[in-house]
Amino acid sequence: MTPALEVKGLCRSFGALIVADHIDFQLERGARHALIGPNGAGKSTFVNLLAGRLRPDAGRILLDGQDITRLSAAHRVKRGIGRTFQTNTLFRHLAVLDNVALAIAERMGVSGQLFRAASAHQEVIEEARALLTMLNLMALEKTVVRDLPYGQQRLVEIAIALGLRPRVLILDEPAAGVPSHESYLIFDAISQMPADIAILFIEHDMDLVFRFARRITVLASGAILMEGTPKEVESDRKVREIYLGESRG
Amino acid sequence: MHPHISTFYLASVRVRAAELLPWIVALAAFFLFPDFLSLGARILIYILLVLSLDLVIGYAGIVTLGHAAFFGIGAYTAGILSAHFGIKDPLLQLAAAGTVACLVGFGTGLYVLRTSGLTLIMLTLAISALCLEVANKATSWTGGADGLSGVTIAPILGYFRFDLWGKTAYLYSLAVLFVVWWLVRTLLNSPFGASLAGIRDNRTRMEGIGALVNRRLVQVYSISAGIAGLAGALLTQTNQFVGLNALGFELSGEILVMLVLGGVGRLYGAFIGTAAYLIAQDQLAKKFPEDWYLGVGILLVGVTMFARGGLLGALDSLTARLRRALKL
Ligand SMILES: Nc1ncnc2c1ncn2[C@@H]1O[C@H](COP(=O)(O)OP(=O)(O)OP(=O)(O)O)[C@@H](O)[C@H]1O
Ligand SMILES: [Mg+2]
Repeated sequence: MTPALEVKGLCRSFGALIVADHIDFQLERGARHALIGPNGAGKSTFVNLLAGRLRPDAGRILLDGQDITRLSAAHRVKRGIGRTFQTNTLFRHLAVLDNVALAIAERMGVSGQLFRAASAHQEVIEEARALLTMLNLMALEKTVVRDLPYGQQRLVEIAIALGLRPRVLILDEPAAGVPSHESYLIFDAISQMPADIAILFIEHDMDLVFRFARRITVLASGAILMEGTPKEVESDRKVREIYLGESRG
Repeated sequence: MHPHISTFYLASVRVRAAELLPWIVALAAFFLFPDFLSLGARILIYILLVLSLDLVIGYAGIVTLGHAAFFGIGAYTAGILSAHFGIKDPLLQLAAAGTVACLVGFGTGLYVLRTSGLTLIMLTLAISALCLEVANKATSWTGGADGLSGVTIAPILGYFRFDLWGKTAYLYSLAVLFVVWWLVRTLLNSPFGASLAGIRDNRTRMEGIGALVNRRLVQVYSISAGIAGLAGALLTQTNQFVGLNALGFELSGEILVMLVLGGVGRLYGAFIGTAAYLIAQDQLAKKFPEDWYLGVGILLVGVTMFARGGLLGALDSLTARLRRALKL
């Protein structure tokens, strides 16, 4: 079966700094795949290359076997790639429900509608409410995002991405900046997502990684150091030295 | 930039009582101040123009200094149709002016809106300079610096003649403004309007949910240009004349002042800012021609320093303060 997402020989540098060094990578259908690596390894850059925020210098990106390397970020979303950002990238001045509804309306193709009030689009509102209920945000639907505590803003990030009904969901440190006792809430939400979505997530907390990932890719200095099951990664000496040893001090 | 609208999908779109106020005032003025009607028609036409500017600046976040170009294009379209082609029906001219301006908005928008910030401002300026120069040089079509005369307009719907007192012009402009206001209001409450708010708030995120941001900006820019064109046609029709000042930079700057004065991104800022500016100009510019622009400058500095939301913003914070005081 063709993987949900496939990357071949992806390269990207910022000046002399190589941040993606001939990356070959596959994300299986229904994957729960973690991408780990020390700070500055190039994880977010990799996500931005996948999502179309950055252009690669070389290499190809295939979604369901189709080449999307030249598509813009917006067109990749339409093809089924949804993503969240490491630092909140939200509609801060809009209500929680509107944040999600904008994404849903975009996916349903009603966001170009000029002559009917947004509030008359029940199909959009109902779906947004269902998502907010799932993420425990329903009571806050009218709250303006910038008034939310940080942890709940992270959930809105995820809600927006889910509103796109992506086939491939990329989460860049979904629990970043959230106190550790709250980060489980976010990962609980992630673990409840439909099984057929392929999920790639970046996470620094190894407990969370080993708990939720079925596969792990380790990135260091823009290159893939190794890939395997959580067990394989945990027992790999190189990884222990370069990454786990470092972060667990 | 405009934090006062926070929800579209949960908002009520029913017309609030206060929204009827401009129309009540406009109708009352018609009966109470018959001498004011020609100034009144001018105010209504400029409100239409400033409303179109608000759509672009306030709602789409596109800062332009060349918006008068579309107004001028509409004005010349109506004038040329009458003077050179004998098409004197005002509604036909109106439709043609709106369409031509909209198309020019679309064509230039495709190009200009790929840029942003200072580049965009300079490009809008450059395009409006180009239009001015074309109008100036194509004297056989536009009359050049002397303006286009020989513009005559048939009665509206074959029945309502443009009279000397400006009664018809006033009511006609009011009717056009009303229809456009309703359309703009509808548009702003629509999913399209919501997506404009999204673009203003976070363009990266908007692209990240699959919105073709540029296409949407071109759309709103064209619509706005079309409305400015309608306003231009109205000016030609009520004056039976078009001059180069309908295209000038001065006008682009002046309507920006009116918008900032009334309140950017507030829909009704265009109404109050334009009326206040033009009435003040009518009263003061003749009496104190030297001090007028100084006064405008000081006013503008005052508004930007102390009342960021313009007159409407000031009104908002005043009522908010009153409410708090009454609760205490
Ligand atoms: N736009 C850019 N221009 C220049 N250098 C950049 C740019 N974006 C990232 N970098 C650099 O590229 C390297 C990789 O950054 P990236 O954000 O991908 O790392 P990361 O693995 O996500 O790190 P973290 O765990 O801290 O989020 C870093 O050294 C960073 O400083
Ligand atoms: Mg990162």
